[in-house]
Amino acid sequence: MPIDRGYETGNTTHEWDIAKLKAAHKVLAEYKYEKKPIEKGFAGRVLYIDISKLTFKEEPVTKDMKKTFTGGRGFGLKMLWDTIKPTTRWDSEENGLVITTGPMCGTTQYPGMGKSLCLTISPSTNIICDSNVGGFFGPYLKFCGFDAVEVQGKANEDVIIVIDGENSKITIETAPMEETNSHLVNEQLTYMYADEDTEASRQLISVVSSGKAAENSYWGCLNFSFWDQRRKVARMKQAGRGGLGSVLRNKKLKAIVAKVDKVTGELNNPVDVQKIAEVGTKYHKEIRDLDRYQCNMRTVGTGHLVEIMDDYDLLPTENYRFGTFPKASRLYSPEFYKRFAKRIPDGCWHGCTMACAKTVDGFTIRTGPYKGQKVTVDGPEYETVGCCSNMSVWDPDWCLEFNFYCDTYGLDTISTGTGIAFYMEMYEYGILNKERCDGLELSFGNAEAMLELMHRMARGDDGEFVKVAGKGIRRVKDWLKQKGWGDPQLIEDCGMESKGLEYSEYVTKESLAMQGGYGLTLKGPQHDEAWLIFMDMVNNQIPTFADKAEALHYFPMWRTWFGLNGLCKLPWNDVEPANNAEQSHPERVPEHVQNYVEIQNAITGWSVDANELILQSERCYNWQRAMNVWMGRGRRKDDWIPYRSMGPVTKMEYMSRQERYDKVLLEKVNVPEDKLKCMQVEEKMKILYDFRQNEYQKLADAVYYRRGWTPNGVPTPQKLKQLGINHPEMLEMLQQKIDEDEKAGLNAWGGKYSDEESPPTTDMKYWEKW
Amino acid sequence: MKTKIIVHYPEKCTGCLACEKACSQVHFKTQNGGEESAIRIEKKGDKFEATVCNHCGLCIDMCPVQALKRTPKGTVLLNKNICIGCQACVGFCPRGVMRRASARVEPFKCIACGSCVRACPEGALELVEVELDDIEEMVYIKQGVEDPDCQGGGH
Repeated sequence: MPIDRGYETGNTTHEWDIAKLKAAHKVLAEYKYEKKPIEKGFAGRVLYIDISKLTFKEEPVTKDMKKTFTGGRGFGLKMLWDTIKPTTRWDSEENGLVITTGPMCGTTQYPGMGKSLCLTISPSTNIICDSNVGGFFGPYLKFCGFDAVEVQGKANEDVIIVIDGENSKITIETAPMEETNSHLVNEQLTYMYADEDTEASRQLISVVSSGKAAENSYWGCLNFSFWDQRRKVARMKQAGRGGLGSVLRNKKLKAIVAKVDKVTGELNNPVDVQKIAEVGTKYHKEIRDLDRYQCNMRTVGTGHLVEIMDDYDLLPTENYRFGTFPKASRLYSPEFYKRFAKRIPDGCWHGCTMACAKTVDGFTIRTGPYKGQKVTVDGPEYETVGCCSNMSVWDPDWCLEFNFYCDTYGLDTISTGTGIAFYMEMYEYGILNKERCDGLELSFGNAEAMLELMHRMARGDDGEFVKVAGKGIRRVKDWLKQKGWGDPQLIEDCGMESKGLEYSEYVTKESLAMQGGYGLTLKGPQHDEAWLIFMDMVNNQIPTFADKAEALHYFPMWRTWFGLNGLCKLPWNDVEPANNAEQSHPERVPEHVQNYVEIQNAITGWSVDANELILQSERCYNWQRAMNVWMGRGRRKDDWIPYRSMGPVTKMEYMSRQERYDKVLLEKVNVPEDKLKCMQVEEKMKILYDFRQNEYQKLADAVYYRRGWTPNGVPTPQKLKQLGINHPEMLEMLQQKIDEDEKAGLNAWGGKYSDEESPPTTDMKYWEKW
Repeated sequence: MKTKIIVHYPEKCTGCLACEKACSQVHFKTQNGGEESAIRIEKKGDKFEATVCNHCGLCIDMCPVQALKRTPKGTVLLNKNICIGCQACVGFCPRGVMRRASARVEPFKCIACGSCVRACPEGALELVEVELDDIEEMVYIKQGVEDPDCQGGGH
């Protein structure tokens, strides 16, 4: 039945003395700005705040800026390029934490149009990490009058930034008494800054915060709140990847608050709102009619993937050693469906009827500082469940507790889960043990030890392991090697990180294209650039290197596009039109691409087509790779991936899928059958290891070539010029780096090719002829 | 709980559209009818059919800002000052009777005011009091949903 007669979460309620908290604030700086309407999706200016110098600066958004960078993440790249140095690190004074919106952000008529793209120099990777997030802050930032904000500097004591769009005023205030952990501070600040004691008034506030564990780790996430009128809870979505929350807390920023005076469906002042409503209504109907037969996002969110991944041997279990597990059904979506609150519109921005942001309300916490309290848990999403699978934690309630504490402590569930799964594997091999783990019995499946590690991180425990564990797999690998514990090769091969960032939750051993989808990326191994496992492994649609390279060109560009505009990727292909399979490129969901073309035009007044959308991305994608190069990375060596993502690291893994791997040796490596029969497993593993490493290098060759980069992975000045980028400093820098690579003999293909094969071209400087 | 819904008697209807004009007068202060009317009369074969809201209230649970409410009398109303024009209710309405006109992006719906009933020269429309639960059940059955509490299937 409809629940229009009220809903109770059953959560523990808090009695805050908000007036007392507020009275402890000291306003350090105040800035009044002129409020202007948004025009065709753009607020027309970006904002810089320095919390060391207590200064504010506005900068207009120029035509050239829109042409080169489109908006959103593109603007963030430009702002960082203008304000940081190649030597800037995550904790440098000048490192900027950028929150961007995008011209389509804040649209209510089409699902998934309230995303923010956040950028900073990541503690994990020492290059730019971009992370996308829902919640109300992005749209509200734009409604307040800014397309993006960059925060630089560091405060001496805990401060908050309040962007008050109602009164056109920004303040930096000390905030000594508020909680740090997100589920509490978001609630406190929402009550504090809401004009009236009503749900509608609280819905006009959005808070960005992190948590205590973000202060003591590189895994800090940002939590973006969105007030849920029915649950009366400051729910939140996470900008998880790359340690953005660690940067926030390193700056002693406790929170950023945005406040608007109203929300309507036309605040973007689009050129043609009726067109957007027409396309949006068509799409809402598609979700209504088809979602239940396709992904079931409205019912269980992204968690529907757990059973599918388990079926296809792709669900990472025990640190990606296996892709399926006998106990996996305990984490299938029906288990969470039983616990989810139902019949509430669960979009993380208005109008999102895909509504994948599920919650468990009134959930009783079993450990840590909130033990015994009843809380709302946002999620779990697929990746979080995948992390529990990876840690061999097969209990949905422990999964929820892991999810809750990750969120409120400001920890990225993906990095935390993947990281701890690696530590658990090292524990199993005796490379780590109870003593080396500061007394924690970190064996696979020990949920209480896993949570205790998180509690200690949040408390700032100074145990040697606890401290290094929070810095992630890359630092732990180095630490183990420095200690002389274990076989260094085994450690390198097992730890699922690339560029210093932990992998998200898919087994890629049998999909070369997806190995590239994780490795040949800008920020590190996150599936937001490409998800090619089914195309590659299941349907065999992209058999050749050139096919895979085309996919690793098109999809990263297409998926980047969402972040330039302030959009969520999910509505693109998590429901598909009924006749999609009959289209020429069903994997691109052409009808939905056309929806986006029409809406971008209807907002901005541009007249773009589907090809132009890809070009918008290509400019920014190349710019970001170029910035990686500028910062000393962004080369072939930085696109290295661990062998665990390519094949069986251990004998047990090989034996568990012996038939499959033997078949590869027979059919792909052409090992004679009689010879194979006599081989020891170790010998087979070595041949497979060399084969798959070479396959990956050949893939990188093909992809670099397709993207117009040098054989060492550097974007060429010619490519940038083709894309209309003529910034002399950028072009000169790239030429200089290419010349350095040339001198060092690095402009060479990485794959070893047999007589029947050839690299993408024999002209190593093919781009110079463009 | 009871609510009032518009009931149409096709055998009396001549398709004069006086009801639509009266309705657009209520919602848009025009005599345009058509897309500006919450009740729509269409010719099906040699008869006329009306489509209009039955106040089942499924839209209430779709609205992210709670602009849709059921009044104590049982009528489902959209407050256009709260509405943010997202069209979720339009897209998910099982009868297609939550409507949007080109005059504004916020949708509109039947408010059971009875203007159309009063405007009909043939007495083909009537405002009838019904039991709310009967309507909802009818809608669920038509949707082929066994578990009405399943959000994914229920809409």
